[in-house]
Amino acid sequence: MSEEVLKVENVGMKFNLNKEKVDSLKEYVIKLLRRELQYNEFWALKDISFTLEKGDRLGILGLNGAGKSTLLKVIAGVFRPTEGTVERKGVLAPLIELGAGFDMQYTGKENIYLYGAVLGYSRKFIDSRIDEIIAFSELKDFIDVPLKNYSSGMKARLGFAIATIVEPDMIILDEVLSVGDAKFKKKSEKKLLDMLDTGVTVLFVSHNLAQVKKICNKAIILEKGKIVAKGNVEEVAKKYEEMTG
Amino acid sequence: MDNNSFLQNRFILSELVKKGIRLKYRRSYLGIIWSLLEPLLTMIVLTIVFGTLMGQDSHTFPVYILCGRLLYGCFSQSTTAALKSIRANSSMIKKVYVPKYLYPVSSIFFNYIIFLISLIVLVAVSLVMGVFPTLYVFQAVVPLFILMLLCIGCGMILSTIGVFFRDMEYLWNVFLMLIMYTCAIFYMPDRLLDSSFGWVLKYNPLYCIISNFRSAIFGELMDMNLMLYSLVFSVVSIILGVYMFKKNEDKFILHI
Repeated sequence: MSEEVLKVENVGMKFNLNKEKVDSLKEYVIKLLRRELQYNEFWALKDISFTLEKGDRLGILGLNGAGKSTLLKVIAGVFRPTEGTVERKGVLAPLIELGAGFDMQYTGKENIYLYGAVLGYSRKFIDSRIDEIIAFSELKDFIDVPLKNYSSGMKARLGFAIATIVEPDMIILDEVLSVGDAKFKKKSEKKLLDMLDTGVTVLFVSHNLAQVKKICNKAIILEKGKIVAKGNVEEVAKKYEEMTG
Repeated sequence: MDNNSFLQNRFILSELVKKGIRLKYRRSYLGIIWSLLEPLLTMIVLTIVFGTLMGQDSHTFPVYILCGRLLYGCFSQSTTAALKSIRANSSMIKKVYVPKYLYPVSSIFFNYIIFLISLIVLVAVSLVMGVFPTLYVFQAVVPLFILMLLCIGCGMILSTIGVFFRDMEYLWNVFLMLIMYTCAIFYMPDRLLDSSFGWVLKYNPLYCIISNFRSAIFGELMDMNLMLYSLVFSVVSIILGVYMFKKNEDKFILHI
């Protein structure tokens, strides 16, 4: 059980916060000539280092704007870190921003292939699991309807069903997934807990301390982009309680 | 995802290309037929204006126009789509990781495929107008291939610029108009070529491609100089485009 599956080393993420966003050639030239081009640098993450072994469940705590979501996106590969490295092994199921690859004009079925491809599934895999995905999302009657006619709950259900069809080695969870109505919520929570039981590595972001304690064995606290505490979940949770008063 | 990323990227690419083709005409009644009808209708208009009204009454003139119009259409549509591709997919780029070059490349591919389908019109019009294929027609593969390279090269360059400068779309429209008039789509180039402004055509890679494509259709040997020039131009544009794109792609997400 001592196999390292995630290694985050000295990761820093810098954003340029322009006072006004310059995104046209005209503005750019004018500002360049007037020497008004200025960038305010802002480090959303700085010196983040930690490693996870197979089966670790890491809770990420922190106030709004502490850099939690940015960290998840760096780990998922959406952001390339400005400095430092992220090494990752195995299949990742990013349960953040479900349905990010959806196209509203596309039907449910077409979106399953599109989103599946984006998530890294092969065509064969989707072919073999498509019935299961449709069944789990309970959208059989709507699967050939363009997504723009779906309710937001239906879209979320479809996204959840596609993202959780794999047997991942690592899952990234952002907040509590409140997907669909009460019935589907129960079903999705059960599915998640089943996935957790298979010994996957978990990264879990939440404000809900009770939930983090229940799910995770390790935790870190982020404050202004830096790790201020890390270690056993009980200790870190205590610290977080003190911090938030 | 990491093991066979080449295969996976090909799958994503094919899904994006399919999406482009399917959605382009989904909301219109005639669907994909539009990709045949549209060049046919513009050909008729151009033939009336520049043929009948201007006294150019050769019966093969519509074929001549259609060749230029189809190839120019492919270039203008695929480069415009590539220019917008990163912004158009911004919601996806911000949330999931997909190699970014797939967005401009897929938008070029789907426009190129639609273009290949629209060549059916050219076949039909040629036969009706009595321009029958000779062995030289196989030469057409060469300019068509170079056209694809040119579209990819220019598309990569434009998609990079398009992220940082929103008004590039409008500038490119103006530039496209300039390219159109220097492509000899609806006039015979001989007089211009003989004048001191002949370079306007000869240095336009799209003119070179169109000219060689016409040679293939009208059963003549293609011009090697034009072929080489357009090939070199396209390859250089690809090298430049890939370099610009790779150098800047990590910054895209901060600008969209």
